[in-house]
Amino acid sequence: MHDLYVFITGPLAWAAFILFIGGSLYRLLAMLILVNKKEKFIFSYMSWRYGFRSILHWITPFATENMKKHPVLTIVTFAFHICLILIPIFLLSHVILWDESWNLSWWSLPDGVADFMTIIVIGSCIFFLVRRLVSPEVQFVTSASDYFILAIVAAPFVTGFFAYHQWFAYKFFMILHILTGEIMLVAIPFTRLSHMLYAPFTRAYMGSEFGAVRHAKDW
Amino acid sequence: MGEPAEIEKTVDQGLEVGAARLTEDKIEKVINSVLKGETGARLKAYVDTCIHCGLCSEACHYYLSHDNDPHFSPVGKVKETIWGMLKKKGRVSPEFIKKASEIASTECNLCRRCAMYCPFGIDIAYMMLVVRRICHMLGVTPLYIQDTAHSHSVTMNQMWVKADEWPDTLQWQEEEAQAEISTLRIPLEKEGADVMYSVIGPEPKFQAQLIYQAAVIMNTAGIDWTMPATSGWDNSDMAMYSGDDEIMGRVKRAHFETAARLKVKKIFMGECGHAFRSVYDVGNRWLGWSMPPFEIVHAIEFLHDILKEGRIKISKKFETPVTLHDPCNVVRGGGLHEMCRYVVNEMCEKLIEMHPNREHNYCCCAGGGVINCGPPYKNKRVESNRVKAEQLFAAKAKGAKVLIAPCHNCHSGLEDINQHYGLGLEIKFLMDILYEVMDKPE
Repeated sequence: MHDLYVFITGPLAWAAFILFIGGSLYRLLAMLILVNKKEKFIFSYMSWRYGFRSILHWITPFATENMKKHPVLTIVTFAFHICLILIPIFLLSHVILWDESWNLSWWSLPDGVADFMTIIVIGSCIFFLVRRLVSPEVQFVTSASDYFILAIVAAPFVTGFFAYHQWFAYKFFMILHILTGEIMLVAIPFTRLSHMLYAPFTRAYMGSEFGAVRHAKDW
Repeated sequence: MGEPAEIEKTVDQGLEVGAARLTEDKIEKVINSVLKGETGARLKAYVDTCIHCGLCSEACHYYLSHDNDPHFSPVGKVKETIWGMLKKKGRVSPEFIKKASEIASTECNLCRRCAMYCPFGIDIAYMMLVVRRICHMLGVTPLYIQDTAHSHSVTMNQMWVKADEWPDTLQWQEEEAQAEISTLRIPLEKEGADVMYSVIGPEPKFQAQLIYQAAVIMNTAGIDWTMPATSGWDNSDMAMYSGDDEIMGRVKRAHFETAARLKVKKIFMGECGHAFRSVYDVGNRWLGWSMPPFEIVHAIEFLHDILKEGRIKISKKFETPVTLHDPCNVVRGGGLHEMCRYVVNEMCEKLIEMHPNREHNYCCCAGGGVINCGPPYKNKRVESNRVKAEQLFAAKAKGAKVLIAPCHNCHSGLEDINQHYGLGLEIKFLMDILYEVMDKPE
């Protein structure tokens, strides 16, 4: 067990971060090169003003018509994404790891708050799962990959929750937590979790087309 | 667009015959050549980014009108077309292509409302155009719109209007109008005029009174205008919707070059939406202009300007309460909605808004080339826009009796909805009303 721990927190962690950062840079760069090669016009239509106008509307809760139409989903989606991003960065035990390894330290979330936020993430994943299963319009376009990426996202939070509370086999869940966290990092650039990378660009492009060319709102 | 076919299951020879000629080898080759040769980062990013959340569904009038049937949601249509092609690496059956062509050409108006509902701003209309392009390259395009594309190719206009019929029609309308205003002219080929006025094929073909009305308005407003006596007068473009980009480019080039030959400063265009899209947004890009080479002024904008500048006086405002339909291509595609309201309020006593409106208005279900796919799809088209009928009925319940639709496709599509659902609205163009209420010279 200890050897495994050393392996997944050592070489495997390095590999995960390299693949996550390198993979993300690669995907973004490859997309830019593709734009340059095939659809150069996109550069001439991109507008900082209208791109950000659109992004700002879409990252503000209830700033768009569609968000108003689905209040529950809007709240869940925002809570989910905020917690999803904040917990890994600001969890005390994660900050301690950074501190121990690199002497880097920053503000951390109180454990109780982080625990509550983890429940939000897990609850949101269940919500998304149920929505996929019961909403006909979502079910119709759902494939195995959708459940797969949902599982990839949920896993580090579920295992982390178990490990934090030290229920059942603590060591087992700790290792599983680290492993699933690494899987998620690697999955971001190489699955449709890459919407994390591309969404700002697709949004900004549509915002630019709607704003600068078509003089219309896109929200 | 003629009578609907009586049989329940419609047969479109364009799709049937086209698909019968296909083999999987040929399909694979064509799909991959289009995907590799003509698409790039956009399609890739859209497919890789879509999280299959289904949030685009409620944007679509097809989906809403079919009791939330997921086959009609925007992403559902992407699933049944592009995703299928990508998944099988292009090796799909002729039957798949036939269905994909029908979905892309007759179950999507390319109205881009869904782009406003997708959290990522994914452009599903673009993806449907890619499907139409592939189907065009495979020769599986609905027959009626293909015929229209042929007309564009042969005559540079949409309606097989022959070279001599065009100036004849203009002179006929000029003579008619001179009975009312003796000094009226429809100036043909006036080099160096400020404005070239261009219209769509159906105007000379069967709505010549619209040219008459426009001439009265231009003359009264004192606009220095001209119309070409040659081809290049038609600003419409169904080839843009049939996936025939090469013909679309030729038609748009003819249009711009005619304006250049006449040395005009601006192009004014009649009340048409898709023509505005083709001249202002799509055709110019195909020809390498990021924005159009001429200032493009849609009817809504020039009516706004001449009313605001006081070039036309209203003798008595239109009394019957009106409601206003915002056409996709000039509102989501051109932002002319507030100008349009100014025009309506200047001309009419009472505007009753329908809801949703402006950028969020429901499409007429005729645009994007759907009405041009002809009678085989008429029933589906009107049944696929029950939500529009409900929206119009609500406006009628508030007192609206006249429906203003400043777009030709919207006009025809809404007329079909009006009749099918028995709404009893009278549908008018802006210029119909302006002609009626304006001060005219003797």
